[in-house]
Amino acid sequence: MYNLIGAGLIVIGGGIGLGQIGGKAMEGIARQPEAAGKIQTAMIIIGALLEGLAFGALILGK
Amino acid sequence: MIATKSIKFFTILAVVFSSLTCFAASGGSTDTKEGQVNTPESINAYIKHHLADSHDFALYSYTNDAGERKHVGFPLPVIVWTSKGLKTFMSSEFHHNDDGHVIVEKGDVKLVKIHSKIYELNEGADHVVFDAHHHATNAHKVLDFSITKSVFGMLLAGLLMLLGFSSLARGYKKGAIPTGVGRLLEPLVLYVRDDIARPNIGEKKYKKFMPYLLTVFFFIWILNLLGLTPLGFNVTGQIAVTACLAIFTAVIYLTNGSKDFWAHTLWMPGVPKILRPVLALIELVGFVLIKPFSLLVRLFANITAGHFVVMSLIALMITLKNQFGPVASTGMSLLLTLFISVIEILVAFLQAFIFTMLSALFIGMAVEEHDHEHAH
Amino acid sequence: MEQLLNDFSPGLFFMQVLILGIILFLMFKFAWKPILNSLNEREEGIQNALDEADNARKEMQNLQADNQRLLNEARAERDEMLKEAREMKNKMIEDAKEEANAAAAKLMEQAQATIETEKKAAISELKSQVANLSIEIAEKVVREELSNKDKQVKLVESMLGEATLN
Repeated sequence: MYNLIGAGLIVIGGGIGLGQIGGKAMEGIARQPEAAGKIQTAMIIIGALLEGLAFGALILGK
Repeated sequence: MIATKSIKFFTILAVVFSSLTCFAASGGSTDTKEGQVNTPESINAYIKHHLADSHDFALYSYTNDAGERKHVGFPLPVIVWTSKGLKTFMSSEFHHNDDGHVIVEKGDVKLVKIHSKIYELNEGADHVVFDAHHHATNAHKVLDFSITKSVFGMLLAGLLMLLGFSSLARGYKKGAIPTGVGRLLEPLVLYVRDDIARPNIGEKKYKKFMPYLLTVFFFIWILNLLGLTPLGFNVTGQIAVTACLAIFTAVIYLTNGSKDFWAHTLWMPGVPKILRPVLALIELVGFVLIKPFSLLVRLFANITAGHFVVMSLIALMITLKNQFGPVASTGMSLLLTLFISVIEILVAFLQAFIFTMLSALFIGMAVEEHDHEHAH
Repeated sequence: MEQLLNDFSPGLFFMQVLILGIILFLMFKFAWKPILNSLNEREEGIQNALDEADNARKEMQNLQADNQRLLNEARAERDEMLKEAREMKNKMIEDAKEEANAAAAKLMEQAQATIETEKKAAISELKSQVANLSIEIAEKVVREELSNKDKQVKLVESMLGEATLN
């Protein structure tokens, strides 16, 4: 039960983080479309780091 | 050229199918109803079974007219290190039993298979006794070096890589422009070199790490894609596999760390002396534990989650049959599975890319030589 | 975590280390090394070819510039020569004109001088002839006068008729 609540919290946190990353990346691309490639790569890396964090927490809590 | 290739392909296919039929003949389960997947509990168990490694290569199973459960697939060799030494036999000796009822006696050791793990019965025991949590109480795990389905998958992926890329390598001897499969593979190699290794490791040192990054990238990608085929591999969803990959990366970047890297990690300049040991501890834990852990968990969790979702969506056609009828539930399941499968193809590439990218990033951090002109 | 550790198979880990090691070695030997070397060679070849083309183009440009310069020089020289020739021609014509003028003037002068002297000679001759005639006439008149009055007049008249002034 507590596990599930914790998992929910992790997902909320991760979702907020991913939303921020994605939103800001979109803004960046809209502002500078010529830098889209670099922004995407950086976005994916940061997304991956966040994902690692969230998955780590999920698995440690399981 | 094409003719010889297709002959090769059909020979492999023929070998596979002849072994299939042999196995189908020798297979055959003792219980009739077990193995049919039609309740939520059995679906859960089936998915769990799929996510775990397997000792035989099952393609599908059916119940014949006589009510016998038939399995189609082929057995794989079991190699275990028991208390009495190394034992090898084919997995067909377990007769697809996965809950410890079939006991294989090799010399004076008794082996059983419970949830895809091989246990050795303790001295004197003649059947497995389970406790309340379904843990075996009178048996212990053995070191299992079997050619399991995952090992088989890795060998297959390795073979595919070797065939594809050695043909590309040979193609260069004939001319500067590759032909055939090489045309597909060359841009991928260039992609790894120019978009992953070069920007992250740096122009001077990237060459040394190219073979590792390329190998890991294609190995993970091929295994991820193999996991999406109906063959049912789940290699990159095995924690041992991803752990091994992550440890390889960690060993590479820790052994190639530059003087600057160690200086900055262990005795960070520019911060108060009291804080330095604390920072060193944090950095060290980060590089030795957390970074490899996040690498291994990310890949493992993504692939496991993907397989779980795909299989759950396939199972919709069974779980929703009573509410929506067979046609609607099948259609729904088909559409959703198709959708998720397409996303999973993207994820298969993305995870290989991210693993390679982060490996390159960490290696880049370790080999970087700082400019001592500017103060930190 | 507990379940994960339970799922972790040391045997599979060992096999994976073994297989990954072998694949790394084989791929390095039979695939990556030749592939990366060929790619490098090819890229260097392309770079060299591009550099060479660049150099060739530069040389070509230099050559063209040289040609242009030579052409311009030649053109200037030609222009110079033409100008000189024209000047020379003009000068020659001028000189010739002047000479001709001078010669003509000289001729004219000579002619005028000749005419003048001729005229003077003619006038002096005429004068002397007139004087002679006058003397003759006077002689004859005097003689006739002496013989016949009528004859004298007639004589004078005929003499005068003969002696038409040129």
